[in-house]
Amino acid sequence: MKLFWFEAGPVRSGGVLVRLGAIGAVMLSVAGAFAYVGGWLSPVRLTQDRMMAAFEDANGTHAGFRRNHAKGVCVTGWFESSGQAAALSKAAVFRPGRIPVVGRFALAGGMPFQTDAPATVRSMALRFLLPGGEEWRTGMNNIPVFPVNSARGFYEQLLASSADPVTGKPDPVRIKAFLAAHPETVRALPLIKQHQVTSGFANSTFNSLNAFRFVDAAGASVPVRWSTVPVQPFAADSAEPSAAGDKNYLFDNLIAQIAQHPRQWRLIVTIGQADDPTNDATLPWPAGRRQIDAGTVTIDHASSEDGGRCTAVNYDPLVLPSGIEPSDDPLLSARSAAYARSFTLRADEEHEKPPSAVTAREVQAGGKS
Amino acid sequence: MTTQARFPAVSRLLHWLMAPMIVAMLFIGVGMAASVSARYELLVSIHRPLGMAIFVLCVIRFVNRFINPPPELPDTVPSVQRFAAKASHIVLYTLMFIMPLVGWGMLSAARYPIVLYGPLRLPPILPHDLTLYAWLRDLHTGLAFGKCWSVPDNL
Repeated sequence: MKLFWFEAGPVRSGGVLVRLGAIGAVMLSVAGAFAYVGGWLSPVRLTQDRMMAAFEDANGTHAGFRRNHAKGVCVTGWFESSGQAAALSKAAVFRPGRIPVVGRFALAGGMPFQTDAPATVRSMALRFLLPGGEEWRTGMNNIPVFPVNSARGFYEQLLASSADPVTGKPDPVRIKAFLAAHPETVRALPLIKQHQVTSGFANSTFNSLNAFRFVDAAGASVPVRWSTVPVQPFAADSAEPSAAGDKNYLFDNLIAQIAQHPRQWRLIVTIGQADDPTNDATLPWPAGRRQIDAGTVTIDHASSEDGGRCTAVNYDPLVLPSGIEPSDDPLLSARSAAYARSFTLRADEEHEKPPSAVTAREVQAGGKS
Repeated sequence: MTTQARFPAVSRLLHWLMAPMIVAMLFIGVGMAASVSARYELLVSIHRPLGMAIFVLCVIRFVNRFINPPPELPDTVPSVQRFAAKASHIVLYTLMFIMPLVGWGMLSAARYPIVLYGPLRLPPILPHDLTLYAWLRDLHTGLAFGKCWSVPDNL
C-alpha cells in the first residue's frame, strides 16, 4: 500500500538525485542482507547446497535417488504397543494398541547400485502412522554410535572419504587430516568396528544414535535413545556371500524371509540419566541404563522402491508426535535440513530416475535377482 | 499537502502489521533453505505458523478493502505511475494470498505433518504426490523471489 507519496510539486533535480541515491542505498543493503542470510556471501559456511555438492562429489550424480542411503526397499507392517512406554511419553503411539507402519531398509552411502557388502552400514527407517494424522518418523542404523557429532564433521568426513580422481581411492593424507581434526571420530571408530555384523537385515539391531526426549502427560521429560532389536536369532555374517554373484543378496534375503513369514523387532527405549550426553551421537551411554520394551514392530510385506509406499516419504528425524521431542543434538537439525533438500532434489528429478537396484520384478520373484 | 486523504486506521494497522511479517518471511525462507545448523529447525518452526498468520491477515485485509476502500491516488500522479502502482498492488495481493496456500499445498503433497504449534496442526489439502510436491516447491521459491521484487514497490 502506498502510504507515503512523494510530495507533489516542483522538486529540484539535486533533491531527486539524493532521494534516488537513498532509495538505492536502502535497496542495496536489503539485497546484501538477503544474500548474506542465503549464504551467498560466505563461501565457508556449510549450507544445504554445499552438503548436497559433497554427496555428489563422493558418489557421483544419481538422478531421482536419495543422496544418502540411496539403495533400499520399501516395507510395510504394524507396531503393536506394549503400553510400557506410555508412563514416560504421552505420545499416542505408546498407548496399548496397533498402528500401521511404512518402512524402508537401506544401505548407507549415496550409490544406489552398490554391491551389498557386510561392512556397509545398514539402516531401517520407520514411519508410524498415529491416529489423528500425527506421525513419528525415525531412521536408525546398525552401528552402536555415529562416527561424527556435527554437520561440519559429517561434511568433512564425506570430503575426506571421497575417491581421489587419480587413484580412484580415498586419499590417506586427507583421511589422516580429517581424523586429526576430529578426535570424537577417532574415539567412535573402534566402537563401530567392534560391533558384530549379522547375516542380514532381519537379524540386525538398528539404533537411533541421536538422543531425543520423551515427555509425559505432566510435561516432565527424560532423555532417550531407541533401538529396534530383532526377534530373529543372531547369525554372524558368513564370509563373502556376494561372491555367489548376487549384488543384492542382503535385500534379496530380506525379501525372501518376509515372504516366508513376517519378521519382528522389539522397540527398546533406553532411558538416559541427567548427565548422559544427548548432544553427541559419537558417545555411547553407560551400560546398564534402564530399558523399556515399548512394543513390537512387525514387517509383513516388502516392495520395490519403484511404486513402493516409502518412496515419496522423507524419513525426517524431526517428524515427531506430541510426546517425543528433539534433544539438543545438532545432528537432528542437520539431518532434517539435508534430508529435506535431498527429498526436493529427487522429487525434481523423478522423471529421470532409472529403476532402483531392487526392482518390482525381483520382489515378485521372492527376492531372486 | 494537507488535503490528502489518508488510509483508514484499520488499513494502516493491517499494513504495518503485515509488512514486517512478510519481509521476515522472505528472510526466514532464504535462511532456512541454506541452513544445516540448529537454526534450520528454529526457522522452519517459525516459517509455518507465520505463513498461516499472513494468510489469515490477508483474508481480513481483502475483506477490509471492501469495507474501507483506499483513497484515490492524488491527481498529480502521472498515469504510468498509476498503472504501475495498481499492477504491483495486484501482484502483491495475489502473492500474499497464494504463497501460504502453495506452502500448505506442497507440505501436503510431500505428506509432511503441518505443525503450527505444539499439537496444533493443519490437515493436508492435496494428495500425497512427489511430482506435485516438486512442482509446488519450485513455485514456492519462484513466487518468493517474485515477492522480493514486489514488496519494495508497495512499501
